[in-house]
Amino acid sequence: MGNREKVVVIRDLYKSFGELEVLKGVDLDLYREENLVVLGRSGTGKSVLIKIMVGLLQQDSGSMEVFGKEISKLGIRDLNEMRLKIGFSFQNSALYDSMTVRENMEFPLVRNIKNLTKKEINLRIEELLEAVGLPQTINQMPSELSGGQKKRIGVARTLVLNPEIMLYDEPTAGLDPITCVEINNLINEVRERYKTTSIVITHDLACAKQTGDRMAVLLDGQFGALGTFEEVFPHAEDQRIKSFYDYNFIHS
Amino acid sequence: MAGQSGTRKHVFSKKIDAFFKGLADAWIFVKRFFQEVFVPPYEFKEVIHQCYRIGVESLPLISLTGFIVGIVFTNQSRPSLSEFGATSWLPSLIAIAIVRAMGPLVTALIAAGKVGSGIGAEIGSMKVTEQIDAMEVSATNPYKFLVVTRVLATTLMIPVLVMYTDFVALMGAFINVNANELVSISTFFAQVFSSVTFLDIFSSIIKSIFFGFTIGMVGCYKGYNSSKGTEGVGRAANSAVVISMFLIFIEELLSLQIINLFRIK
Repeated sequence: MGNREKVVVIRDLYKSFGELEVLKGVDLDLYREENLVVLGRSGTGKSVLIKIMVGLLQQDSGSMEVFGKEISKLGIRDLNEMRLKIGFSFQNSALYDSMTVRENMEFPLVRNIKNLTKKEINLRIEELLEAVGLPQTINQMPSELSGGQKKRIGVARTLVLNPEIMLYDEPTAGLDPITCVEINNLINEVRERYKTTSIVITHDLACAKQTGDRMAVLLDGQFGALGTFEEVFPHAEDQRIKSFYDYNFIHS
Repeated sequence: MAGQSGTRKHVFSKKIDAFFKGLADAWIFVKRFFQEVFVPPYEFKEVIHQCYRIGVESLPLISLTGFIVGIVFTNQSRPSLSEFGATSWLPSLIAIAIVRAMGPLVTALIAAGKVGSGIGAEIGSMKVTEQIDAMEVSATNPYKFLVVTRVLATTLMIPVLVMYTDFVALMGAFINVNANELVSISTFFAQVFSSVTFLDIFSSIIKSIFFGFTIGMVGCYKGYNSSKGTEGVGRAANSAVVISMFLIFIEELLSLQIINLFRIK
């Protein structure tokens, strides 16, 4: 990765829930404008990792530095400042179901960026809805949207604050193959257009291959493999990675 | 046998621990309300929206219940008073009963069922679908937007609803008294106002404020701490109602003791 700037540095990160140890000494560097895909079976702690990154969970030990600041040591004010730089797209989109699409996007915008005029707010919302290909949904309620549309609006709502890092939690889960490809394209477009650094959490290898510069496979609470798709998968020697690849590409 | 009793003791001590931990969590939750309510930014628009939902949308149910309470209480009281030839005391008796106890209690119990369960279910489902997390990661304060606004709205609106219920129940009582004793509305209300004191109305409003605060706070607390998917949402709504009602009765009992101190003086 040469001299590229590291935006996230994770060292020896541990996290457990009761007696269940999920992360057992994770190490990772994430470079600016890189798309890193974190793969692993369900329950291996992929989502836990990115939730620690935005302060929704706290690690038991180890360090998680984002832009040079240790997340677990930030006070609520500094943490919120950091959160403005990190967009989090949730697995089930997490749109506020009592609000329209416009209100969903206005919600973080008006509370974090003061002195915006109504015109500026509308312009920003319309631009982002255009970017995700759904300008016509602006006055719709989340219950009127399809799964794929919800994901896109979720991404648009996240982008409203101009984040430098995008975290996608299972972006293609529960979607049909065509919509999956559309979402993968959207992830790539977001990176190109807004120059974001991304972490994509998934167990969908097609999504990983299409969106990732590097793959990181979580095995037994640690990254068992780290590299490009070609380096990690087709000729994997580790049986667990091999079976993960086989089930995704051969059995499906 | 010794092993079994040891296990029972262990389970019992775990339950005690969980109970006190729950109390401590609830205390922190309530304390946070007072820390956040006076600090900007203020969510005025959401407070007004919640006041509308809690106040205006509860009116049909409150009206019907209050009206029926007035009629039924009058009907049930008449035989006892008529035995002593004292049916002319009906307006005074009903007014005191409604303003002092029945109005606040009936309104609070209905609001606990309608509003408390609604708040518990709404916030609970937002919690399990990660909407609260989504607010948090976008650097906004979900507690302020969801909890402070709803608790403020219930605290403000329940006293208003109580006064409205008092009025509707008295109208129900008047219709019944008018039909049976041929008492005019002016005579009825003259007797009502001569028997109700400032202390009755003031104490009724004060305890309604506490009832409203309790309903909002319990609903929000249960919703905010719900887990385990849709089952958890159902439990949050259910326990919001049960705990609110229980606390309302305790508060009623305490307020009665306190108000009686003033009456004796």
